[in-house]
Amino acid sequence: MGSQGGWGQSKDFLDLVKSIGETRSKAEEDRIVMNEIEILKRRITEPDIPKRKMKEYIIRLVYVEMLGHDASFGYIHAVKMTHDDSLLLKRTGYLAVTLFLNDDHDLIILIVNTIQKDLKSDNYLVVCTALTAVCKLINEETIPAVLPQVVELLGHPKESVRKKAIMALHRFYQRAPSSVAHLLSNFRKKLSDNDPGVMGATLCPLFDLIIADANSYKDLVISFVSILKQVAERRLPKSYDYHQMPAPFIQIRLLKILALLGNGDKQASEHMFTVLGDIFRRCDPSSNIGNAVLYECICCVSSIHSSPKLLESAAEVTSRFLKQSDSHNLKYMGIDALGRLIKISPEIAEDHQLAVIDCLEDPDDTLKRKTFELLYKMTKPSNVEVIADRMIDYMISINDNHYKTEIASRCVELAEQFAPSNQWFIQTMNKVFEHAGDLVNVKVAHNLMRLIAEGFGGDDEGADSQLRSSAVESYLRIIGEPKLPSLLLQVICWVLGEYGTADGKFSASYITGKLCDVAEAHPSDDIVKAYAVTAIMKICAFEIATGRKVELLPECQSLIDELSASHSTDLQQRAYELQTVLGLDALAVETIMPSDASCEDIEVDKSLSFLNGYVQESLVKGARPYIPESERSGMADISNFRSRGHHDSSTHGLKFEAYELPKPSVASRIQPVPLATSKELVPVSQPTYPQEMSQAASMPSVPETGPSELKLQLDGVQKKWGRPTYSPTVPSNSNSSSQKAVNGVAQLVVQGTVGPKTRDVSYDSRKPQVEVSPEKQKLAASLFGGSSSKTGKRPTSTSYKTTRVHSHAAEKSQIPTATVASTEHAAEKAPQPPPPDLLDLGEPTPGYTVIDPFKQLEGLLPSDASSVANSGVSASKSSDIMSLHAESPMSGLIGTVANMGPTNLDSANLLSSLSNLANRNVHGGPAAMQVAPVKKGPNPQDSLEKDAVARQVGVTPSGTNPNLFRDLLG
Amino acid sequence: MYSSFYHIHFVLLISRQGKVRLTKWYSPYSQKERSKVIRELSGVILTRGPKLCNFVEWRGFKVVYKRYASLYFCMCIDQDDNELEILQIIHHFVEILDRYFGNVCELDLIFNFHKAYFILDEILIAGELQESSKRTIARLIDAQDSLVEIAKEQASSISNMIAQVTK
Repeated sequence: MGSQGGWGQSKDFLDLVKSIGETRSKAEEDRIVMNEIEILKRRITEPDIPKRKMKEYIIRLVYVEMLGHDASFGYIHAVKMTHDDSLLLKRTGYLAVTLFLNDDHDLIILIVNTIQKDLKSDNYLVVCTALTAVCKLINEETIPAVLPQVVELLGHPKESVRKKAIMALHRFYQRAPSSVAHLLSNFRKKLSDNDPGVMGATLCPLFDLIIADANSYKDLVISFVSILKQVAERRLPKSYDYHQMPAPFIQIRLLKILALLGNGDKQASEHMFTVLGDIFRRCDPSSNIGNAVLYECICCVSSIHSSPKLLESAAEVTSRFLKQSDSHNLKYMGIDALGRLIKISPEIAEDHQLAVIDCLEDPDDTLKRKTFELLYKMTKPSNVEVIADRMIDYMISINDNHYKTEIASRCVELAEQFAPSNQWFIQTMNKVFEHAGDLVNVKVAHNLMRLIAEGFGGDDEGADSQLRSSAVESYLRIIGEPKLPSLLLQVICWVLGEYGTADGKFSASYITGKLCDVAEAHPSDDIVKAYAVTAIMKICAFEIATGRKVELLPECQSLIDELSASHSTDLQQRAYELQTVLGLDALAVETIMPSDASCEDIEVDKSLSFLNGYVQESLVKGARPYIPESERSGMADISNFRSRGHHDSSTHGLKFEAYELPKPSVASRIQPVPLATSKELVPVSQPTYPQEMSQAASMPSVPETGPSELKLQLDGVQKKWGRPTYSPTVPSNSNSSSQKAVNGVAQLVVQGTVGPKTRDVSYDSRKPQVEVSPEKQKLAASLFGGSSSKTGKRPTSTSYKTTRVHSHAAEKSQIPTATVASTEHAAEKAPQPPPPDLLDLGEPTPGYTVIDPFKQLEGLLPSDASSVANSGVSASKSSDIMSLHAESPMSGLIGTVANMGPTNLDSANLLSSLSNLANRNVHGGPAAMQVAPVKKGPNPQDSLEKDAVARQVGVTPSGTNPNLFRDLLG
Repeated sequence: MYSSFYHIHFVLLISRQGKVRLTKWYSPYSQKERSKVIRELSGVILTRGPKLCNFVEWRGFKVVYKRYASLYFCMCIDQDDNELEILQIIHHFVEILDRYFGNVCELDLIFNFHKAYFILDEILIAGELQESSKRTIARLIDAQDSLVEIAKEQASSISNMIAQVTK
């Protein structure tokens, strides 16, 4: 084994890893890897490479690819290695292939045959390896080739094989549900497998199946409940325990399944009550895993048709997550759990007001976002202003575009649903557009225009025109600001064009002047220019229609001239249209550009009936009548043919079965022949499916906010906006609406009095910490107080007072915690050292000890020891490291250790190693070698080897960075 | 539906200096996307303070991470998954590594990343936890290793024989 050390790699490879470790910048690393790629490219194609060597090359390829470089030149060699008979090589080959290839890679086809063979192997380890590869590599096209064997393996005597076979079938189901549609009963059967591992694995596919169709699996509720009960009562083998919890991962999976099955099903839910109650009682709340199970229980309780008792337990756990822990993780889970529970009983939120506000002001961004999610879920007309303001403030402060988009669309949604007044609505929308700008979906802008055009008030024309005027005014105010996003400018131009002159406040020349400015300020934005020029056209047209004379401003004229010569044909056309309109008389203009007609339906004559006369005339003159495409005879044949061809290609796949009695030399050839026999056994499903899936899957970053989420809920708007509470005229004038519904008044009072104050709160909260706690009370009142008035439990006249009293009481009881929280807050806000530059290791920052382990170690070794290390590296001839170290002088080694001491006196680890040394030195001999990595390795020999190789590559646990040697668990 | 497709989308092991120690991609990502993901995530995760949540929201997914000594273990999951469970799966993985290597340290993983891959393959399959019993996993890995050892011995004894014959 020559140069092989305890890490089983050759010197070449160790050197590579070492040199990568020594790099100080990403660029340097890239250079080394590129060099390595060149070496591998050359070596790997040499003839007659020994298999061991080849195995190492493959591992080096994996390494290169892991560091983000392309190793595709070597894929084929990894594929070849899977054909090898030795498990050692085969396993490496499969590992490399599963890491290199996605399931749509062309080379997959070359592996299928090997996989088929390996699935039939007598050695269960070979079968396991092949099944692991099946899960990653087999795509829809190749499923039929391995399916029969995988199904057969479900009955394999080894449980590890059965388990992997289940997982493989699960993958097949995910890739192409129809391919295994006839095998789904197997999953049910395997649920009663006597190995808990197999049973646990079976829960994965069942979970997916139940998501798709819960009703077909209702009969299993009793089985799932009884399994969960047995697990919770520790009936499974001890080896499934995890930190004293009985099989928690299986419990979690079962709880997820029960949540689906009990959703909206009272009868099924009732079966679960006892076992859920048991778990709430049994779970250890002090361990992480116990809390993971408890959280899953809460999710389950909030999904099923729950009993009050369970809800109570769930609320109790949630409250413990939120209040009695310093762990941010638990707070996060608590906020999430609260979001689930308030869907069932909204009043739970009130008990946690201050905890929620603490989370909202926490410096941890993750926690903050989660809390915003919760606020979003509990928004009501009474607290929308506070919440939307907070959201927008936060939105302005972050850079993460993905989240900015999400929170912007949430703001829009809340504003549309709950806006207390038009003015507020428009201002909020302006803010969102101004700061989230082009991240906002275009549809939101279009909906806003539509909303302004159609109005909210239904029949109330006055309210509509007031909305428009306030929109125009607010837009004129911000139009001059620099760097407005394109989308907002489009809205502004459109609104100014439609309604800029409608109320007579502003003159046409003033508006057109502003529009010209917009177009001029954005010379490269064709869309904005188009919006602007069309808006100018509208303004002019309205002027002409009312009989006034239009004098074009000089800058306007030059804009038109410029656009007439634009490269964009769209802009050209608009400019020419504008010029034409200017030349028409009032009547003509009135017809083509009616005022305020954006909401009128335009009837489209789809049958082109106005051409009937012309057609008739032509027919009379002897033209041939029109034959619809579908009736044309020649075309029909062609299209049939085409569709048939398409059909053929879709149902015929490749043949994966070996020929009968193959000659040894051609056994592995695969011929693209129509799949005839296997088609009967296994239905081949539509090939389009996986492509779509993989397309969708290949873009993980796209979570585009769906149109449904962003769509203006115009149907609901009428109702919501029509409510008497949000009288758009004067919100403070509560007298006018006091005759209306009692509930409505309650909201109005809270709104009129608490509302404005609380808005201050959100800004004030950045003031010195001392003030925070009463402010928090107020914020709490404005966020949560509304819920009491909304539920209408309290008398109308006192609702405001009760909120105040409530908050005062809370104030008193909570002051200690609040102050503690605020001091913590302050402590955490203390300046933090700048983050280390991650990829460039050149300049370690003081706050973090960024130390290159390898570099540090060089030179630290005393001469004797380094000569040992060097001899380890250079003397690749010496066949055995053990013997190498046995030969090396003891004095040198002791010297090493002695020298290591002073540099690491603070390290407990090394202190103990020194004491170890003292003990061991008594015995003398190579045992002293064990000292450095204290108790590395399960036995002395392993630890010796580990240490030896560490030295061989020039790494020792001495020096100031013992990090690489530090136990991960410890 | 993409979201239920994989439980865990990928596993990353990054050192505190931002060096990649292990990557395993269960959802398909191109090489270019992979580099981008690693760059973005190390920027987010390595700069986070010690007392904060072990979760970060990222591109509509969630990344659960935990630091062991100088090494960050990260797993990417969907929005509505159980983060605490993933945190324990990470710990499960580390415990198994620890048992296998005997007090595992970062250096073990640097030079034995392929072994770490083999172990990970026994714990997670296609992004799902396939085995939660440490003993079962240890047994299977040992079986594979011992088979490999036997193969090695055989190979060396054959080559010895050949060497003697051809002397």
